[in-house]
Amino acid sequence: MDAKKKNNRAWFLVLPVVFVVAFTAIIPLMAVANYSLQDIQGADNRLFVGLDFFKRVATDPNIQDAFARNVTLSMQILFIQIPLGIFLARLMPKSGWKASAALVVVAIPLIIPWNVVGTTWRIFTRSDIGLGGVLINQFTDYNLSESTFDAWATILVMDTWHWTPLVTLLVYAGLRSIPQAYYQAAAIDGASAMAVFRFVELPKLRRVLMIALLLRFMDSFMMYTEPFVVTGGGPGSSTQTLSILLTTIAIGQFDIGVAGAFSLMYFLFIQIFSFLFFTVLTLDERPGATKVTPKLKSKAKEENKEKPVNSKLKKVLK
Amino acid sequence: MAEIRLEGVAHSYDGGKTYALNPISMTWEDGKAYALLGPSGCGKTTLLNIISGLLKPSEGKVFIDGKDVTDVITDDRNIAQVFQFPVLYDTMSVRKNLEFPLKNRKVPREKIAERVKEIAELLGIEDDLDSKPSKLRSDLQQIVSLGRGLVREDVSAILFDEPLTVIDQNFKWTLRNRLKRLHLATGVTVVYVTHDQTEALTFADEVLVMDKGSLVQAGTSESLFLEPQHEFVGYFIGSPGMNFLDVEASASELTHNGKPIGKAAKAGLNGRHRFGVRPEFLIPSSEAGMEFNVDRIEDRGVFKLIHLSKDDFKFIAKTEESYEAKVGGKATFSFDPKRAFVYDLNQKFVSTVSPSSQGGN
Repeated sequence: MDAKKKNNRAWFLVLPVVFVVAFTAIIPLMAVANYSLQDIQGADNRLFVGLDFFKRVATDPNIQDAFARNVTLSMQILFIQIPLGIFLARLMPKSGWKASAALVVVAIPLIIPWNVVGTTWRIFTRSDIGLGGVLINQFTDYNLSESTFDAWATILVMDTWHWTPLVTLLVYAGLRSIPQAYYQAAAIDGASAMAVFRFVELPKLRRVLMIALLLRFMDSFMMYTEPFVVTGGGPGSSTQTLSILLTTIAIGQFDIGVAGAFSLMYFLFIQIFSFLFFTVLTLDERPGATKVTPKLKSKAKEENKEKPVNSKLKKVLK
Repeated sequence: MAEIRLEGVAHSYDGGKTYALNPISMTWEDGKAYALLGPSGCGKTTLLNIISGLLKPSEGKVFIDGKDVTDVITDDRNIAQVFQFPVLYDTMSVRKNLEFPLKNRKVPREKIAERVKEIAELLGIEDDLDSKPSKLRSDLQQIVSLGRGLVREDVSAILFDEPLTVIDQNFKWTLRNRLKRLHLATGVTVVYVTHDQTEALTFADEVLVMDKGSLVQAGTSESLFLEPQHEFVGYFIGSPGMNFLDVEASASELTHNGKPIGKAAKAGLNGRHRFGVRPEFLIPSSEAGMEFNVDRIEDRGVFKLIHLSKDDFKFIAKTEESYEAKVGGKATFSFDPKRAFVYDLNQKFVSTVSPSSQGGN
């Protein structure tokens, strides 16, 4: 664009971070990669198996089922928690001590450790002594160790209780940063409450919602502790997430090779999905995107969404 | 187009403990351009929001064309308001932005298209109708947000709340002229809030100077400059502001530390007062006058600012470029008897002052 020659040496400043990350992430990950490519029987007995473990992971019906469950769970979580979070944030007081009090109350679930959340809900939902379990049993049969629906619904409700506040807080912050003038202008324009939400708040919340979506997707896709404590993945494997299954394979069955391949694919899926998600949502904010007309933009979006996901996923999953 | 009348309008944000706006009664005549001028926090935006109906005054009544609208919501007042920064619906095109207020009022579609076309032509944004407002220059964005107010028919008044705040320096001038032209073309009553005196003085037929929630003086730019009725006007309008000096009056003779300063035109003035004279009306004099030390000279190209001191006070004089003085030397200055004033302890104008005959050494 401009004739000035770019000096890219500033990239060297990234080196220290690369060094640190190498020790904290890349090298441990390489150990996993090492396991995934070799069948290690003992210290001196190893066999290079190439992508065999990856193929096994991709074709394993248990893993496929868990993957499908995780996708469903994440979608349901996003579908419930994002609108609910926005709804709650809009109800919260805007200023004064009430605002502070509301913030504290809303934030409480967020500071409870996963394990404690799981244990609390485990007891809460017991049909013999749990407050929630007993209460629901007054109206309808409820037993999460027998009914797959009950187990699934409990996980969903528990996660909603635990994590909707994150969405609420993000949206609340986003709402507070909208200048008053927008609301005043909307009042002068005679906009309805719905129109204010649709045309003023939602566009201004785009960025925080994007972050909320990303965080909620990543977290829910990696969910482990709470379902592990509450249902142990059951009944059967009805609430077994990818994480729980992975632990079973790696530690229960000590199938290190498959577990290594599984881990890498799991990690790559979340990474690639998040990256694409972010790229698509920030497409029109990138430099050089100014000339993209709405039509072209949607086309570009589709291309970005379809092709790379499919091709890369296929590559990974094969 | 309408006449706006305020009757004893006052506002307090904390239930009466402090007033952001002290009671004001005044009439804004139909078709005139007014500027509300004052420093930040003086109540000008509060007053503006009361007129537009975004704020209900704690006391008093608002009339538009003789109709009491104090309890009428913004939506029904037919007032256009432009804010400090362009307030636009970013997801809508410029056209959609302009259509929005009409759609909300269920105006028939053909009528909307017609109005949008008219307003776009009036504002000179026909070519930008289908682009997103975020792609426009900031001054055009401000024009679009003005258009959203104007698109309704029979707009009573346009209120500008410091509309040039975030506009690029280069376009401030163009935008202001454009707004001015628009005012002349539409003949709508305009209220323009600003803390920039140049903006206020060039834009408005009448400037209302506000300070600490009160209206201190209303008038043309000329009268504000030549006859400030309040110390604040002397200080706030003009650059640099007025020179002030504490004086003691005794039978209208004004003295500072026992030394004569001048004689007030009003007879029988006694007690503590403040003397004020604008730098423009401190005139170099070869004969009678006050002798000052010359501390510093600022040469501004077309005029000079002479920083003067004498005993325990400092004055600034604005002289012609040709005036010569030596820094560290002495200089004698007198003042224009019609343009020097004495104010009471409430900072209100009392009388004009003529120079003391003794000189004042």
